[in-house]
Amino acid sequence: MELNEALERFALRMGDNTLILGHRVSEWCGHSPVLEEDIALANTALDLIGQTQLWLGLAGELQGKGKSADDLAFLRDAWDFRNLLLTELPNGDFGRTMMRQFLFDAWQSILLPRLAQSPDTRIAEIAAKAAKEAAYHVERSADTVVGLGDGTEESHGYMQQALAYLWPYVGEIFDTDEADDCLAQAGVVPHSSTLKDEYYALITRVLTDATLDVPQDDFAHRGGRDGMRHTEHLGHLLTQMQWLQRAYPGANW
Amino acid sequence: MTRPSTEQVWEWLDQVPDPEIPVISLVDLGIIRDVAWKGDTLEISVTPTYSGCPATSFINMEIETAMRGHGIQRLALKRQLAPAWTTDWLSEKGIAKLEEYGIAPPQPAGGPARCPHCGGTHLERISQFGSTPCKAQWRCTDCLEPFDYFKCI
Repeated sequence: MELNEALERFALRMGDNTLILGHRVSEWCGHSPVLEEDIALANTALDLIGQTQLWLGLAGELQGKGKSADDLAFLRDAWDFRNLLLTELPNGDFGRTMMRQFLFDAWQSILLPRLAQSPDTRIAEIAAKAAKEAAYHVERSADTVVGLGDGTEESHGYMQQALAYLWPYVGEIFDTDEADDCLAQAGVVPHSSTLKDEYYALITRVLTDATLDVPQDDFAHRGGRDGMRHTEHLGHLLTQMQWLQRAYPGANW
Repeated sequence: MTRPSTEQVWEWLDQVPDPEIPVISLVDLGIIRDVAWKGDTLEISVTPTYSGCPATSFINMEIETAMRGHGIQRLALKRQLAPAWTTDWLSEKGIAKLEEYGIAPPQPAGGPARCPHCGGTHLERISQFGSTPCKAQWRCTDCLEPFDYFKCI
């Protein structure tokens, strides 16, 4: 595989993850359990959408067909998206939203500082910017997972259920294909297999602090990062997110 | 017109207030990374604070308006991503003005040093986030007033 094609696929995956999760988190705006959490979720969504601008901007540049980040976000259909299934799952209750956020933030907090060392300066610059935000996000989501997991009997129950629901979507993070192999070989992006132990050590530590039982099953749903089988939820999400461009094609301001 | 010096342009930029925290200027905020003449075009490099900060495009508009007001005809605004913005770039003057305005300035320890209202040091965090991406919410347990803290990144 050509390096440029692998880079394009990588940038698209990074941008689709932050776009879809950013949109999901933004759905909480005005609906959170308390005002402070509403503001925190909206700010998290904003950071993720900001990172999307950078990653999808790079993906468009690498494609070389004159597509902007907005074009990629709003003018593609479900099968063209390359986000992890984890990011498109419905919010559920606040506990599930925060558990999903933690499982994603933990991954970003490990991956982005490595990417910031990439010899490809375009990747390194975006990652260095995003790494600061991810470090802040994981501090909050980990604290919240511990607070709720090690909270009341009721909140503990919700978090254990959330973990059971989300766990089969964690494994996809470590799926790889020829693009990942190509980038690792070129020394541009670390192979996810080299970060796996660190990731599971981090989440196991936090989940244990949260007094939650870490599932041992390693079954994983796949189909997001290769676009082969998204969940039914992505299509519904896109009808909301892309509504304006679908109803008024080419609208801008 | 004669080409104004870059020092002059920096002075003008120091008169442009941050749209969200109007007591400090864009120069105080540390987001103006370079001012240079490329032929007869004035190039200003601006770095975003947070990648999704909605004020970014507004800030570019403010810069453009200010420069046009000073008679600059050819202006190019460049987005500079690296090195990533850090609160270490806040000016001394900016830090003092923040506190005077009621926003506790960033501290490497990760939380405010004292209440910007009463100077009290018994503080608690309300939320890691606040009214803009760059702030968190804290409260002083001496005077009981809530206040904004400028996040340290």
